[in-house]
Amino acid sequence: MIRFDRVSKRYPPGLDALSDLSFEVTEREMVIVSGHSGAGKSTLLKLIAAVEKPTGGAVLVGGQNVGGLARSALPFLRRRIGMVFQDQKLLFDRSVFDNVMLPLSIAGFPPKDAAMRVRAALDKVGLASREKALPVMLSGGEQQRLAIARAVVNRPSLLLADEPTAHLDSETAADVARIFHEFHHVGVTLLIATYANELFPGARPLQLDHGRLVS
Amino acid sequence: MKVWLAHHQDAALLALRRLAAAPVNSLLSLLAIGVALSLPAGGQMLLANALHLAGTTSAVPQISIFMASTAERRAAAEIESRLGKYGGVKQVQFLPREETLARMKTNPGLRDVIEVLPGNPFPDAFVVTATDDRPEAMEKLAVEFRQWPKVEHVQLDSAWVRRLDALLRLGRTAVILLGVLLGAGLIAISFSLIRMQALMHRAEIEVSQLLGATDGFIRRPFLYYGVLLGLGGGIVAWVLVGAAALWLRAPLGDLIRLYDLTLVLEALDSRDSTMLLGFAAGLGWLGAMISLRQHLRQY
Repeated sequence: MIRFDRVSKRYPPGLDALSDLSFEVTEREMVIVSGHSGAGKSTLLKLIAAVEKPTGGAVLVGGQNVGGLARSALPFLRRRIGMVFQDQKLLFDRSVFDNVMLPLSIAGFPPKDAAMRVRAALDKVGLASREKALPVMLSGGEQQRLAIARAVVNRPSLLLADEPTAHLDSETAADVARIFHEFHHVGVTLLIATYANELFPGARPLQLDHGRLVS
Repeated sequence: MKVWLAHHQDAALLALRRLAAAPVNSLLSLLAIGVALSLPAGGQMLLANALHLAGTTSAVPQISIFMASTAERRAAAEIESRLGKYGGVKQVQFLPREETLARMKTNPGLRDVIEVLPGNPFPDAFVVTATDDRPEAMEKLAVEFRQWPKVEHVQLDSAWVRRLDALLRLGRTAVILLGVLLGAGLIAISFSLIRMQALMHRAEIEVSQLLGATDGFIRRPFLYYGVLLGLGGGIVAWVLVGAAALWLRAPLGDLIRLYDLTLVLEALDSRDSTMLLGFAAGLGWLGAMISLRQHLRQY
């Protein structure tokens, strides 16, 4: 599903975030990317969604070299990928419901079907009763679950999550991890960048150290 | 199709909500655009009225043909029949020299002068109106008539027509110039307002791009915002011009009456109004489009 072929990413003025990185993720696999802060975990995820482009090598997603995609093709790649961002990127002037609705509006779903899907996604993360609330009224754990609902509402086959349990207390973190396990069980391929390996038993670890693969 | 319409409706409603979210800002922006547009729109209003006035004024440009005083009536009759057959001539009025003499004698000041003169000093004359009364066409006719036999003098009383024509042309150029200048101003206003909007909604643009939104999807509410600004400004300009027309109607009518003319100052007609609103909305859209080109390149 995902293949990194000798991928490197250098940020000006010569900072190597990733160097000579090769690995493969097969369909329905759950992989956790770990490593110290600045090891290149976020960069790795960004390369998959073509938020960043590699400076060397090739990133293949579903057989497609995403680094070489034209700007106009990027939206269609990103619609196939669910993303949970480190800083969540929720829209604070829109309700919980509207935040989750956004990917469906973007993909052009008919509004009625979309509303049903939004409610299903919110139900899945346990926010069904908060759909009218604004994100500021939610706790940290609820905001994280909202971000997950937005990432999965499109039913992507690939889900990328960047530090989804950071800043959460252990109970809430376990709760969030449980949601990811559920998606894994229904066949979603997961790539999770995290420090908390213990929350994802059974996942294949990819250990990064200064932009290089350790194991 | 339904989905597409729903998207446009959403984008338009979002744009309206954003305008309503900062009412003072929005109103002042609309006023700025409206005042800027009211100058060319007002110019067009005055021009349309001047054209109307010129069109309804009864003084149709004419060509006067004077026969040589030695010419006999036969020569005049020949010219008359020739004029009657000549293409481009709409109407011919023959003024026999006796009639002219009689008419001049009714003027007490002139009578004394005429009586001391030997014989009839007036020649036979024709007053010709042309089917095409543009100055160039009139000039051409006059040149032709001058070459006819026994014609002493041909006078073209189109000087005032030329002056009016030149004046109206100047007015039209001024209106176009104002329109172009202030249209560019509108684009600039729309550009910077949309820029502010894009900065305010930067997070939303970024998130939408990360979630797979096309540029078209992201642009849509901003373009509607630009169109609404332009359209709103156009309506303000239309109201301003209408109010000015109403306010100026009585004093301008009084002034024009001194020249034995009548004028009821009219506001913009439906064609000009449609053009004003169409241009305003289009320029608002254009400003937004240019402004967004820069912002969408970021992610």
